[in-house]
Amino acid sequence: MIIPKLALRNLLGAGLRTWLNVVVLSLSFVLIIWLQGLYIGMGDQIKEAQIDVEYGGGQYWHESYDPYDPLTLEDAHGAVPDPIQNKIDKDEATPVLIAQATIYPEGRLQVILLKGIDPAQTVVNFPSQFLVQENGEIPALIGTRMAKSTGLKIGNMIVVRWRDAQGTFDARDVYIAQIMKTIVPAVDQGQIWIPLETMRELMGMQNEASLVVMAKDIEELPVVSGWNFKSLEFLLADVEYLIKTKTTGGSIMYMFLLLLAMLAIFNTQVLSIFRRKKEMGTMMAMGFTRGKIIQLFTLEGAFHSVLAGIVAAIYGIPFLVWFAKKGWAMPEGYDDFGIALGEKLFPIYTAGLVFGTVMLILIVTTIVSFLPTRKIAKLKPTDALRGRLS
Amino acid sequence: MKQAFCLFSLIVLLTAVLTAGEPPSGEWILKRVDENIGSDNKISIAEMVIHGRRGSRTVKSKSWLRGQDESFTEYLAPAREKGTKMLKLGDQLWIYLPSTDRTIKISGHMMRQSVMGSDLSYEDMMEDPDLQKLYDAQVAAEEVILERPCWVLELTSKGGDIAYHSRKIWVDKERFVSLREDRFARSGKLLKTFEVKEISRIQNRWVPTRMVFKDVLKSGKGTEFILESIEFNADIPEHVFTKASLRK
Repeated sequence: MIIPKLALRNLLGAGLRTWLNVVVLSLSFVLIIWLQGLYIGMGDQIKEAQIDVEYGGGQYWHESYDPYDPLTLEDAHGAVPDPIQNKIDKDEATPVLIAQATIYPEGRLQVILLKGIDPAQTVVNFPSQFLVQENGEIPALIGTRMAKSTGLKIGNMIVVRWRDAQGTFDARDVYIAQIMKTIVPAVDQGQIWIPLETMRELMGMQNEASLVVMAKDIEELPVVSGWNFKSLEFLLADVEYLIKTKTTGGSIMYMFLLLLAMLAIFNTQVLSIFRRKKEMGTMMAMGFTRGKIIQLFTLEGAFHSVLAGIVAAIYGIPFLVWFAKKGWAMPEGYDDFGIALGEKLFPIYTAGLVFGTVMLILIVTTIVSFLPTRKIAKLKPTDALRGRLS
Repeated sequence: MKQAFCLFSLIVLLTAVLTAGEPPSGEWILKRVDENIGSDNKISIAEMVIHGRRGSRTVKSKSWLRGQDESFTEYLAPAREKGTKMLKLGDQLWIYLPSTDRTIKISGHMMRQSVMGSDLSYEDMMEDPDLQKLYDAQVAAEEVILERPCWVLELTSKGGDIAYHSRKIWVDKERFVSLREDRFARSGKLLKTFEVKEISRIQNRWVPTRMVFKDVLKSGKGTEFILESIEFNADIPEHVFTKASLRK
C-alpha cells in the first residue's frame, strides 16, 4: 500500500506539470465519451425511426425485388402467398406494391417510385390514413422532401404516368391529400404513395405486392417460396456500417488527442527518471527492489488517468448530461443526407461506453508510463546515488 | 333463269351503290402505310431540334436500319454528343458514351428517360412500328391536314405487351403517309402527339421530312425531326449491328 500512497504524493507534489497532463487527458475522456455517445445515439435514432416507419418487424421481399437495382423493379411483384395473406388479414403485416412512374412537375419530366399501401394499415407508423379514397379521385401522399423538390402542395393535382403489368402506358390525375413530415428519407424522396387497391387495379396486379412489412415483435414467420424474409439485422446492416464508418472516422480525432496526452505523460516520465536518479538510489539503499521502483514510477504515470477521470467527471458529467437533454441541432439541409436523421441528435452514453473509455485510457496510460521505466531495471544503486544513469 | 340473273344483277348494283364512297378498311390503310415506308434496309441522316426552356439545340445523327428490329445510330453533332452511338437489337438497347468510353445497356427506368433531352424516350425508340400487328383499326372520320384529305383511323390495342393502348392517326388518302398521330394512355389521356410538317418524294416513296414529336404532359414546343437524306434498300455491312461497332 506504501507504493500507491507514495506515487500519489509524488504526483501531486509535481504541481502544475501534473495538472497540465491531467487536464489534457481529461479532455480525451470527455471527447471520446461525447463523440461515441453521439454516434451510438445517431445509430439508435436512425434504426428506431426506420423500424417504426419502414421496416416494422422485418420484411418479406418478392424474389425479384432489389431496392438497389431499379432495373429489376419492373418484374419485382407477385401474388401474396396464403401464409403471408393470413398475417395481413390479422393486421400482422401490410403489403406494399412498388412501380416506376413518371410525373411532370412544372412541365419537367421526373422519374419516381409509385408505392401502394393499405390506408387502414396499422403495422407501421406511416400516415396512410390520408389515402382513404372519398370520391372518384386518387389521393396521394408525399413527404416534405418530395414536396420541396417538386413544388407540390396539398390539394395540387398532378399527372402520374406508368406502365401497367402488360407494359401499356396509363396516366391518371392524382391529388396531393397530405404532405407528411418524416425523418426517414427512404419513404419520402422521389416517391408518391397511393391507395394499394387503386394501384393494384390500375396496374392490373390484383392481390400482388413487391414486399410485405411484418408487424414488430411478430414471432411466427412462415417460409414461402418466391418470397424471402429480410430480418431487421439485414435491413439495418447499412445503418450499422454507416455508424461503424463514422465511429472509425471520429476515432481519428480523439486518438490524436489521446496521442498528445500520452506524449506529455511519456515525456514527464522520461524527465522524472532522468531527474530523480538520486531518489531512486536512496530508495534502493533503503531496500527497494528495482521492480518496486518500476512499480512506483509506472503507478505515478498511471495515476494521471485516475486524476484525469476525476477531473473529467467534475466538468464532463454536467456537460454530457446537459447535451443529452438538449441534443445537437442538425444543420440546414440535413434532410438531403439521405439518412433518417431527426432535427436533433441525442447522444446515448451507455455503461459499456463509459467503462470501456476509462479502461482504454487507464491501460494506454499505464503502458506509456511503464515504457520509460524499463531503464530502471539496469540501474546500479551506486550510479544512481551519484546521479548517473547507466 | 332470267329472273335469277335479274335478282343477282340487282344485288350487285345495290351493293355497288351502297358501298360507293365508303372508305377502305382500317387494316387495309395501315397495310398501305407500312408498305410505303417499309424497307429492308435504310440509311438516313437527320437532325433533331430539341426545344427546351432555355432555348433550342440541334442534334445531328446518322442511322442504319435493318428491318424493324435492328438499328444503329451515331450522333454527329454537336461536339458534346459527337461519337455517342446507340444500338437496338430486338428488344434490347445499348448506348455508347465516348466521354466515359463505356457501353451501357438501357433498360428498366432508364427506358423512360428522354433521348438527349428530347420529347422522345428510349421506350418510344424501342416501339414496334408494325401497327397492323398490334392494333385493330377503324376509320372514324375524314379530315384535311396540310391541305391533304386524310382518313382518321382509330387504333385500339389487340392486347398483349403494347405501349399505347389507343392511337388516332391521320393518313393521307393518296400518299398513304401518316400526317398526324395522337397516342393515348389506357385511361384515354393524351400522352404524345406526332405531326408531319413537310413531306417529300424520295425513291418513289412519300417520306415525311420534317415532323414534330411532342410529349403532351411535358412543357415546351416539342422536338422537331428534320430528315436530311434517306436511302432505301441500302447495302449495310453485317458488322454494323454488333456491339463491337459501338466502340469503333
